[in-house]
Amino acid sequence: MKIAVIVFPGTNCELDVVHALTALTADPQLVWHQETSLAGFDGAVLPGGFAHGDYLRTGAIARFSPVMSEVVRMARSGAPVIGICNGFQILCESGLLPGALIANRDLRFICKYIHLRIENSTSALTNAGEAGHVLRIPLNSYGGNWIAGSEELVHVEENNQVILRYSDELGAVTERTNPNGSTNSIAGLSNEAGNVAGLMPHPERASDPLLGSTDGLVLFRSFLAAVPALT
Amino acid sequence: MRFRIDIERREGLSDPEGLTTTQALLDLGYDMVEQVHFGRTIYIDLDESDRDTATALVTAMCAQLLANPVIEDFSLDIVE
Repeated sequence: MKIAVIVFPGTNCELDVVHALTALTADPQLVWHQETSLAGFDGAVLPGGFAHGDYLRTGAIARFSPVMSEVVRMARSGAPVIGICNGFQILCESGLLPGALIANRDLRFICKYIHLRIENSTSALTNAGEAGHVLRIPLNSYGGNWIAGSEELVHVEENNQVILRYSDELGAVTERTNPNGSTNSIAGLSNEAGNVAGLMPHPERASDPLLGSTDGLVLFRSFLAAVPALT
Repeated sequence: MRFRIDIERREGLSDPEGLTTTQALLDLGYDMVEQVHFGRTIYIDLDESDRDTATALVTAMCAQLLANPVIEDFSLDIVE
């Protein structure tokens, strides 16, 4: 299974993603953002980092990198496309996912393990998981506070596009368990079809026992499982 | 021709910087402060002498890249 791991100038989590996908026997390949074809790839990952220096807005300039028209084409074809942290921000900026990500509520960079509750198990990031199951995964971001207009928020909730929420270790979602002020404690979202999905926390940093958690693997398993199911 | 573009978070959406700064000003005793609203300003110099054409171009730039239509509004002025 050939997976494109997109690299923008400033991306810095691509090798961790390659490590995680390789451990799951996929064939991930780094693809520079100037590439204009993703022919032959079964899915794409937009990893974390600071694409184009996060200038203007996070993800705003990356959205116009040449490879993005191919990512959009792949997304529209039904193939799985996922974004992690900065990759999630790029998918929102490109309109493939709803809403936008702004500065954390407390205006501080957050770097710690958090808990996530799986909200639905039909997306390209959660189909191998179970709704209600809790994951422990690192969060590492300044702009992880997801917002949307009121109509868009209702639409996202009613269409079950919320795939992950910040919670405590038992799965309870409260204001206290919301690390960054994200609306409705949303940590991850999908599009309506479910094949495009993004999240702020870093599953690749919880994908090997050496890293202290393997809870991120279920998200990558979901991504790989979405290839035959959705294409 | 020089344009000044003001971009603001849409009214009613979360603005952590504005809220934090509002609280800081209140803590300093500026009790009359009701709200602080952050935005950003961008200047663009354009090699285009027709005002209508230039305005249309800069508006397109804002809609396509400079502002995020999901959460931001923009306004523009010709300043030179």
